[in-house]
Order: sequence, then structure tokens, then C-alpha cells
Amino acid sequence: MPRMPSPTAAAAPADDPSPWPAFARRGLRNQGVCAVVALVIWVMTPGARGNLYTAWVYSAAIGTCSWFFIDGSRLLLARWLAGRAAVPEARRPRWPGPRWMLACILVGVALGYSLGTALGDAVTGFQTPSLLLNRPAIAITLVSAIAASWFFYANERLRQEQTAAADARRAAAESQLMLLQSQLEPHMLFNTLANLRVLITLDPPRAQAMLDRLIAFLRATLGASRSGPHPLAVEFDRLADYLALMGLRMGDRLQVTLDLPAELRTLPVPPLLLQPLVENSIRHGLEPKVDGGRIAVRAEVRGPRLLLTVRDTGVGLRDGATPSPAADVPPGSHYGTRHVAERLATLYGAQASFRLRPAGDAEGGTLAEIDLPLPPAEAPAGAAAPAPTAPA
Amino acid sequence: MPHALIAEDEPLLAAALQADLARLWPELTVVARVADGLSATRQALALLPQVCFLDIRMPGATGLEAAQALAEDWPAGTPFPLLVFVTAYDQYALQAFDAQAVDYLVKPVDTPRLAACVARLKQRLADRALPAPAMPATPAPAGDDAALQQTLAQLRALLGAGAPAAQPRLEVIQAGVGHLVHLVPVAEVLYFEAADKYLRVVTAEREHLIRLSLRELLPQLDAQQFWQVHRGLVVRASAIATAQRDESGKVFLSLRGRPERLTASRLYAHLFKGM
Repeated sequence: MPRMPSPTAAAAPADDPSPWPAFARRGLRNQGVCAVVALVIWVMTPGARGNLYTAWVYSAAIGTCSWFFIDGSRLLLARWLAGRAAVPEARRPRWPGPRWMLACILVGVALGYSLGTALGDAVTGFQTPSLLLNRPAIAITLVSAIAASWFFYANERLRQEQTAAADARRAAAESQLMLLQSQLEPHMLFNTLANLRVLITLDPPRAQAMLDRLIAFLRATLGASRSGPHPLAVEFDRLADYLALMGLRMGDRLQVTLDLPAELRTLPVPPLLLQPLVENSIRHGLEPKVDGGRIAVRAEVRGPRLLLTVRDTGVGLRDGATPSPAADVPPGSHYGTRHVAERLATLYGAQASFRLRPAGDAEGGTLAEIDLPLPPAEAPAGAAAPAPTAPA
Repeated sequence: MPHALIAEDEPLLAAALQADLARLWPELTVVARVADGLSATRQALALLPQVCFLDIRMPGATGLEAAQALAEDWPAGTPFPLLVFVTAYDQYALQAFDAQAVDYLVKPVDTPRLAACVARLKQRLADRALPAPAMPATPAPAGDDAALQQTLAQLRALLGAGAPAAQPRLEVIQAGVGHLVHLVPVAEVLYFEAADKYLRVVTAEREHLIRLSLRELLPQLDAQQFWQVHRGLVVRASAIATAQRDESGKVFLSLRGRPERLTASRLYAHLFKGM
């Protein structure tokens, strides 16, 4: 049974790599199943024929043997099938699929019943009639085996799903934390504060305005994970805040163009979608460049698509970072671009695309492009509410 | 009248530092204010100030790289400047600064901290002024040399602390010329030398140019096999035949398998001591 590679493959090796401790645990729990079966047989058969002890001896012997053959064979079979399909060790399934499982059960029951009956006879001294004559006993064994297999299977699936859900939650939290860390980078924060500290004495009104922008930026960054889409105009306001703070730091080394046509102002977009791209342009493009340069953020409609671009005239993508000149793949080393790509994939699937490439003109630098399906014009009224309007 | 250089890429912070220094240390003359690491080195070597304030994260070259260049190219006979690093965030293991040789400031710089720094710098300059004038003929007085050695050791520690973590080893270098790519095993390379935007890769037989900076290459080399002997030069240790030291602290290296002699800077001269 082919399986999609688990999305949280990295977490898989944390599971117990050897299936045998769990095998032994199932063996113990199987004794419980045997006891229940013994009890049922004892209750259902007229008292004259047997006592509870005899029923338990046979049930335990047959049950244990059947479990051993079924559980053992399905583990080995699953491993062999996965090995043949070259599935990596860490994510090999422990179940061989329903058809193979049925074969395991039939063979296991046949072997387990024969061996178990012989064992039971040896312990009790009885002589059980030949195999085919004792149909009720075979039926009981078969039904118990299928029920027990189903129980163990469902149990393991449930645990796997719980683990996967926990992994997914942890991955989401980690990704959020990493984004926050990259946006609230201490170097940016302390440098901005150092500038504000100076500005307070030089130009108090400007210092106040800049402080308001820092507050708006921090509020948006800290709240971005919890709020739904906001209008494109608000997105551009937050970018303006961030870029004004960077302008304070970089002086005339930074020139900014923000281009948002009036008719696109109300289009809903995921909050701070462009922020990591603008930040990359500053941090990796313009800050390292001695003369600084220009950053332009643009929104435009092309047919049924919304095109958002961030372009800088910075030092450009490093030679080593792109495998080939035309590569659309964002370099994995930059957390911000990876985050944007992942976020688009989650929200829009194949409907959206993200490209990062050399700007390819005389000015050089880097061009980041987000291509989205054009969202319906009005942002949901509630979604835009948490975003604060720019302070006066 | 002590002279100072301020290297800080953020104009507001540079102006503020200069204004604060003017209040706290009126005798100090700021002879240059630059906004990138390359200008910092150039101007400092041209103007030979007694104190340099270097922001760590700057375009062009970091403050640490600028200091490294100064340590290597500073003219003999002039006392090495007192260095003060300025940083917004503790990414360079600030405890490495915690000695007398080099001071550091964390942004935002508050006035009492800057005043303490100024007091320390004045004291160091005064200590320096005392024994020197007696015998101007002596090229490098012993006390000064000890202080320089201390500064160099501290710089080495700082450069090590800020360096990126070791990466997977590079085995083969791909040097492209037009449409042809030469594959050069690292095991055959005798030394790497920075040349503008390129890197010269020199083997016993020939040399190649690759587009890679020494900074990017270094973490991919085995530091036991390849020694950095200058900010622009990394040599295979087993290829070095002899090392000869001159008075200025520079060390000249002769190689096995190559006729040319290489120069190790005084920052790395400690690598070449008799056992």
C-alpha cells in the first residue's frame, strides 16, 4: 500500500525505530484478549463440558500462538514490502495493507490453532479431535484474531494521528516563532531604538512620529498570526512604517517607492505577506551595499491575477545562492522567502506563485514577485478591524 | 591633541556619537567620519588617528574586518590606535572584549557608559605617552609591543567568535574559464589568495581564478591543514618550508613546490614560532 511521505518526516526518527518492544507489549495485551475469549467460551458452552481452567489454557495457547504468527508475519512483511519499494527507514509503515493482512491472519490462525491445540493438549492431557472436525473452535479463533488485529490496528492508527497532529502543531508554532524572531531581529530593534534616542533631543516631533510607526509595526508583527486578511492599503501602511524606520537608520542610502493604485486599496491580503520580502531587500540587498539604493513595492492587476512585487537595487542574489541563472527557486537559506512560499502554498495551493530572481536590468538587484488569484473586492468587515489605523 | 575616527553607517548615530564625544572629551578631534568598513581602513591608514570607533555591522567590510586590515597594514613606528567597537547586539561574544586592549559600546550608548569609555581611553593614551618620548630612535618600545600583542590576540579571538560555523568540507574546486570548467582537488591546492572580487587558487603546476570570497571559502576548509596567515591569504601548512620574521613583525614564507615568497601579517605571526 503506497503511502505519501509524511509531511513531518523529520519527527519520525523520534519514534521508537525498532518495532519489537511494541510487539512484546501487544503480546502482553493479547493475554487479556485470550482471557476474555476463554470467559466467553466458558459462558456460552453448557457447564457439563468444560471448566474455566481448560477453556483458558486452550484460549491462551491458541491465542498466543496466533498472535505471534500474525503480528510477527505482518511486521516482517510490512518491512519487506517497504524495503522493496525503497521507502526510507524512518517512514516505513508497520502494516502491510488489508489484503496482505488477511493472508497473515489466515495463515497465522491455521498455524496458531494447530500449535496452540497441541500445546493445550500437552498441558491438559486431553485429546482434541482433528482440526477440521472442530469448526466452532476454528471460527472462534478466526473471529478473535480478526477482532484483535483490528483493535491493535485502530489503536496504532489513533496514536499515529495524535503524534502527527502534535507534530503539526509544534511545526506551526516553531514557524511562527522563527518568523517573529526574524522580524523582531534584535539588531534592527536596538539600532532603531538607538536612533530614536538621538532623535528625541534633535527633533522631538519627528521622534514621536517615528515612535508611533515603531509601535504600529510591533503591534502588527505581534498580531499577524492571529488576524485574518487585511486590506492591501493596511499592508502598505505597515510597510511604510517599517521603511520609514529603516530610512531613519540609513538616511539617504535608502529611497523608497510604494505604488498602490486606489482601486486595489480594499483588496484583502494575508497580513504582513510582503513584510519578509521588504526586510530581505533591506537586510541582504541594500544594507550591505556601500551606496545603498532604491526599493520599490508595487501592486498591480494583470487579468484575473493580483501581482505584488518587491524590487531593490541592492547587491543582488549571490552567485552561489542560485543553482542556475533562471532558477525560480528561492534560496533556502533565507528564512523570510521560505516562509512566504510556505504561506502561499497553505493559503492558495497551486493558485499562487512566488518567484525570487535577479532584477535583470542595468540597475541590478533583486526582484521578488507574488502572483495571486484576484481576491473578491471587499475585505470581510471583521477581518480588517484589529489592524489599527495609522496614528496621527 | 588626540585624533579620532568614527566609522558608523547610520548617519544619525554617527552625528550623535561625535556630539557626545565633543561634550565629554573636548580635546579630542574627530578627523574623519566614514559610513563603511572599506573607507574606515583607508581613512585610518591615511590619517593615523589615536582612537578608532568602529561599528561592527557596516556595508563594505565589518568593523572587525576593518580592524583586521588595520592590524595588518598599520605602519611600524606609529602606535596602533586604541579600538572601540560599537554594536547593537551581542552577536560577537562580547566577553571577548572584556580586557583593557579593546573597548566596546552597546547601542543605544548611554552617556555614563560613554564617559567611562572616554576615561579609559584617556588613561591608556597617557600611559602610552610616558615612556615613549625619551628615546624616539627606538622603533617599538617594549611596553608598546606588549600592548599591541594584546590587541592582536584579542582581535584574533573576536574574528574567531564572529566567524560562521564550520561547513561541510570542500573536496574539489570548480574553476570555470569560458565554457571550460577545471576541477581542482583541494588536496592539490598550495594556497588561496584574495584578488579583488576573485580568489586565486594556486597548485604546484598552475593557478586558477574563482568567484568566491575568502570569507565564504574558509569555513569549508580544514583549519588544521590550511592556515590563514593574512586577511587575504590561506596557505596549506605542510607546503610551508621556512618562515622568516622581520623587525616589523611580518613573516616571510617560502614554499615547497613554488618559487614565490608569501607574507604573513603580524596578526598571524604567532603561528610561526620554534617548538
